[in-house]
Amino acid sequence: MRFETSAPPQWRSPTSVGAVMRTVLYALAPALLAHVWFFGIGILLNVAIALVAGLVTEAACLRAAGKPQATFLADGSTAVTAVLLAFCLPPLCPWWVTATGMAFAIGVAKHAYGGLGYNVFNPAMAGYVLVLVSFPAAMTVWPAPDIGDLDYVRPNAAATLHYGLTGSLPDGLGVDAIARSTTLDSAKEGLGRMQTMDEIRSNPVFGDFGGAGWEWIGNFVAIGGFALLMLGVIRWHTPAAVLGGLLTMATLAWLLDPDTHPSPGFHLFSGGAMLGAFFVATDPVSSPTTARGRLIYGGGIGVLTYLIRTFGSYPDGVAFAVLLMNLAVPLIERWTRPRVYGRPA
Amino acid sequence: MAGDDRIAYDPQPRRPAWGVRVPRRKARSTQLPLLVAPPPPVVCISLAQGPGAPARPTVAAGQRVLCGEPIGEPAEAGLPRVHASISGRVTHVEPRLVAGLGVPVPCVVIRGAGDDERWPGYAPDPAADGRPSPELRDGIAAAGVLGLGGALFPTARKLATAAGTPVLLLNGAECEPYISCDDMLIRERADVVVAGARLLLAALGGLRCVIAVKTDMSEARVALYHAIQAAGDPRLVQSVVTGKYPAGGERQLIELVLGREVPAGGHPADAGVLCHNVATAAAVADFFQRGQPLISRIVTVTGGGVARPRNIEARIGTPVAELIALAGGYQDEPRRLIMGGPMMGVALATDELPMTGATNCLIAATGSDLDGTGVDHSGAEMPCIRCGDCVEACPASLLPLELLTAARTGNPGELTRLGVAECIECGACDYVCPSHIPLTRHFIAGKAALRRGHREDG
Repeated sequence: MRFETSAPPQWRSPTSVGAVMRTVLYALAPALLAHVWFFGIGILLNVAIALVAGLVTEAACLRAAGKPQATFLADGSTAVTAVLLAFCLPPLCPWWVTATGMAFAIGVAKHAYGGLGYNVFNPAMAGYVLVLVSFPAAMTVWPAPDIGDLDYVRPNAAATLHYGLTGSLPDGLGVDAIARSTTLDSAKEGLGRMQTMDEIRSNPVFGDFGGAGWEWIGNFVAIGGFALLMLGVIRWHTPAAVLGGLLTMATLAWLLDPDTHPSPGFHLFSGGAMLGAFFVATDPVSSPTTARGRLIYGGGIGVLTYLIRTFGSYPDGVAFAVLLMNLAVPLIERWTRPRVYGRPA
Repeated sequence: MAGDDRIAYDPQPRRPAWGVRVPRRKARSTQLPLLVAPPPPVVCISLAQGPGAPARPTVAAGQRVLCGEPIGEPAEAGLPRVHASISGRVTHVEPRLVAGLGVPVPCVVIRGAGDDERWPGYAPDPAADGRPSPELRDGIAAAGVLGLGGALFPTARKLATAAGTPVLLLNGAECEPYISCDDMLIRERADVVVAGARLLLAALGGLRCVIAVKTDMSEARVALYHAIQAAGDPRLVQSVVTGKYPAGGERQLIELVLGREVPAGGHPADAGVLCHNVATAAAVADFFQRGQPLISRIVTVTGGGVARPRNIEARIGTPVAELIALAGGYQDEPRRLIMGGPMMGVALATDELPMTGATNCLIAATGSDLDGTGVDHSGAEMPCIRCGDCVEACPASLLPLELLTAARTGNPGELTRLGVAECIECGACDYVCPSHIPLTRHFIAGKAALRRGHREDG
């Protein structure tokens, strides 16, 4: 009898790039639903716009590079970038802002460097930072969850869609009615006005630790992150180091003077800390490959996030911290090269 | 002697950071007891066994031989003699293809007489334990014993070059999935393994023997425990290592059991240890206790493509198709016929090849054996996404993803710096790679390019 021949190994684990990306998307689903629960359908609209913009850009870049379109369009990496970018943007966001960010993420951050596997920077963070500095006004329209503020009008689906497509609210609805400052904003402004943290926290946008609603989304992000850990898609080193670095800095400052420094819990459950730790810093392409390297990289992100939040001019620092540490990856890889078996230390 | 750090071993073997968890699928072939196969009608015995020059045939076509009679004399001292594995008449002495080698090698073909009459030339030697080491090594070479773990390295030569090494490590930790021949050997013949361990210790001049088995070999562990108790030899100990792949690799086992590393470019003896397979030890005992040279070995015949997976003690040179028939024949249209395990085994193009001493396992693999992921390497390869799973899996602490670039460009300086020579070709990096990059294949090519380069440099 005759048989097919093949070089060893004769089998492989059932994993694939597509399977990894799909798992990441599933792990983001609980947080996405929580986001819809607290802030309406805005994020879904952002995901849809980012996905379309991303796939169009991806297809154009693949075509230009002469790469097989079907394989790479279906690998799921663009969808992950789209969802991560959507999590960074306000739920109410004009479509061209989202599309610009996504086109930059895929066209420049990813494909200008060679496409999947070759990007130096995390594409979603690069896209977000581009729109953050290019459309500062659009980046401030954050709706609030139901916080008992009587003046507050929660934008309904029609208003969200209207704003997303035209960049303006329907007649009779002002930005002041639907937007509230975020907790990181409030803390930064309040501390700037010499208020104590206790006074600042009396603002109803605050919840138990971080922002009302936001801290719950953070919980669901963490649950998704733990699922990825359990499934072996990510390793513990990076998220532990990111959260550990942020927590260490925040705790030291808070112990020094709790009146002028937000609590460690506030730092962990505000802004992009959880998302950054579990879903952004763990992006394989733009992070180190060894356990020690990931501890250094993650720790750097945590510390830089704290420094940028505290001393920088932007309220959150996760995206900047990730991009800065992306730059350091080649250096970290050189420092943390494992000792080859049998070679002297 | 207990405080002698040359023979110290870790009673609690460490858990390695490296390695991969692979489906084991060993229990399929241990449901039925060991089958001692009757002598087959025809055998084709390779005279080229392991590294080194092939043996010189001492028989000609037409000549009658008895089972166990020498048919090939080694080209150099210390290499193993080759024996007829059945009694009958020599029909051909010519180059033929054998399982696992791509080129024809000198072979002796014997048509059986059916009587299985034994050659009376070797007598049992009950007092062998007490003989001097060189004498024992000569006996081992005469018995034709070679490394039955798969490398077929001549056992006597290995013992001679490492003479006086304090620790003998017997490898029974077969870590490749599907394979259960060493497990079965220890279950059924632990006393023979232990006797072989003592003979090897005497032939080596060693001080302690550690017999390594795996956590999931519970029956073999009990059998081995009792055999060691019965022998009452304080030099023998059992060590139980992790089920992670490739814990049974020579260097990996030394690291796990003894907490030592073989220096780069060196041999296990440089770390004070010599490794042999448990089946090799049993073959040594068979010779000195029963006067039987190496004429058979245990083969695991398994996979979804055979009806009754089991372990078979088969004569060297038995056609692969014969072994499949003994395991109930084919079923469910197997796609691949793998010799060895799924991680490092080779895919045979046909079953009309004779088995050799290296044939420890045959897997008639159907789609489900290949996990539905019998991925054609050329088709589904994606770019490396730097996930680092290969780095985590590599038992030699290499950076497969960086080595890949060096291997693709064939840069000898980078290949050397990144340690391609330390790659044991275990396939763990390939197995875990989500981008389906055939890493091992690139590294084998890289190692070959480096060797060629060294030769050209003189």
